Amino acid sequence: MSKTSRTGITMPAQAKKGTIIEIRAIAQHDMETGYRYTEDGKRIPRDIIQLFTCQYNGEEVFRSDFYPGTGANPLIIFTTEAVASGTLVFKWVGDGGYEAVNQAQITVS
Amino acid sequence: MNLFVFCLRVLPLLVILIGVDSSQALEAPKDTRQSSYYLMTLENRAMQDDSNLNPAAFWVMDGHSLWKEKIGNKNVSCASCHGDSGQKMAGVATQFPKMQKGKLQTLEGQINQCRTSRQEAPALAYESKELLALTTFVATQSKGLPIAVEETPQNKKDLQQGHQFFNTRMGQLNLSCAQCHQDRAGLKLGGSLIPQGHPTAYPIYRIEWQTMGSLQRRLRNCMSGVRAKQFEYGSQEMAQLELFLMWRARGMPLETPGVRP
Repeated sequence: MSKTSRTGITMPAQAKKGTIIEIRAIAQHDMETGYRYTEDGKRIPRDIIQLFTCQYNGEEVFRSDFYPGTGANPLIIFTTEAVASGTLVFKWVGDGGYEAVNQAQITVS
Repeated sequence: MNLFVFCLRVLPLLVILIGVDSSQALEAPKDTRQSSYYLMTLENRAMQDDSNLNPAAFWVMDGHSLWKEKIGNKNVSCASCHGDSGQKMAGVATQFPKMQKGKLQTLEGQINQCRTSRQEAPALAYESKELLALTTFVATQSKGLPIAVEETPQNKKDLQQGHQFFNTRMGQLNLSCAQCHQDRAGLKLGGSLIPQGHPTAYPIYRIEWQTMGSLQRRLRNCMSGVRAKQFEYGSQEMAQLELFLMWRARGMPLETPGVRP
C-alpha cells in the first residue's frame, strides 16, 4: 500500500441535539494479512490498517483496532450522539507509515 | 364410445386445450434471463447500489485519475481525446468485445491498444490495479444501458467459436459452461445457487477476492474449478468466449461497478 489512500465518510450534515447519528467510514486498503505467499514462495509482508479513530470536536468518540483477519477496504458503521455543531475527524493508521485522515462537518440544532 | 358421447366429452376438451395453446402463442416469449444480482442477499445488493458502500467506487475514482494523467512519448491522456468527464464513453462498454481492424478486441484490450498506439505508453498488465481501474471507470459510464453486442458478418466466426467453447466439456471434471450455467442454473452447487452466467456487472468487486476482477479472472476461476487448463489472460479464446457471453446477455442492462459475494 502507499502511505495514504482514499477514504469515504457518510453521515448526516444536520441533526437534532441528543439524537443518535449513524456514521459510515470506508478506507481503500489491501489489508494484506502477512500469511500469504507469492507464486515463487516468498512471504508477502503484513500490511494492514491497525487503528481507526473518530474525534468529535477533539474528543474521541470511537476507536477500533483492526487485525489481519479484517477484510480489504474495511467499512466501519457506528453511531454517536449529536451533542454540538462542529467537526468530526477520522483517522486510519497502519503498517508501513500508512495514515489517512478525513473529516466531516455537522450542524446540531 | 359412440360418436355423440365423443362430441360431447372430448371435443370441448380439445377446444379448451387448443384455446390455451393459441393464447400462449400470441404472447411474446418471456425473457427468463436473470442477472446474478438477484441471487444476492439484500445486504450485498445494498453494497452494490449505494456508492458510499460499494468498494468499487475507489477503482472508479482511481480510474478517473488515470484517465486524466498525461503519459507516454506523446504526453497525452485519455481525456485529451475523449474528454475530461468520461461521459463520452457512455455506451462504449456495451459493445465490447468488438472487431477492431480485423481483430476481436475486449475492452481491456482496446484500452491497451489506445495506450500503445495513441499514447505510446507501455501496455498495462491484465488484472493490474491500473487496468482494472481504467476499465471500471470506462464501463461505469454505461451503467444502466443495455448490452449491445450483436452478430455481425465480421464477428460471426468468433461468436460461433465462443459458443462452441461454452458448450465444450473441459478439464478432469469434464464439464462445459453450459452444463452448469445453462442446464442447471438456479440449482445448487454445494451451498451456492448456480447463476445463469451473464456478464452484466464486470469488472466486479468480488468479496471472495477482496478486490476488483475482470470477467476473464472469473472465467479462469471456473476453468480451474473443473480442473481444466485455463485460457490465458488476453488470449483470442478468452475474447471469443467473452463475445459469446455478452451476445447471450444482449439487451440486459450493464451494472458496472458490480459487487458479487
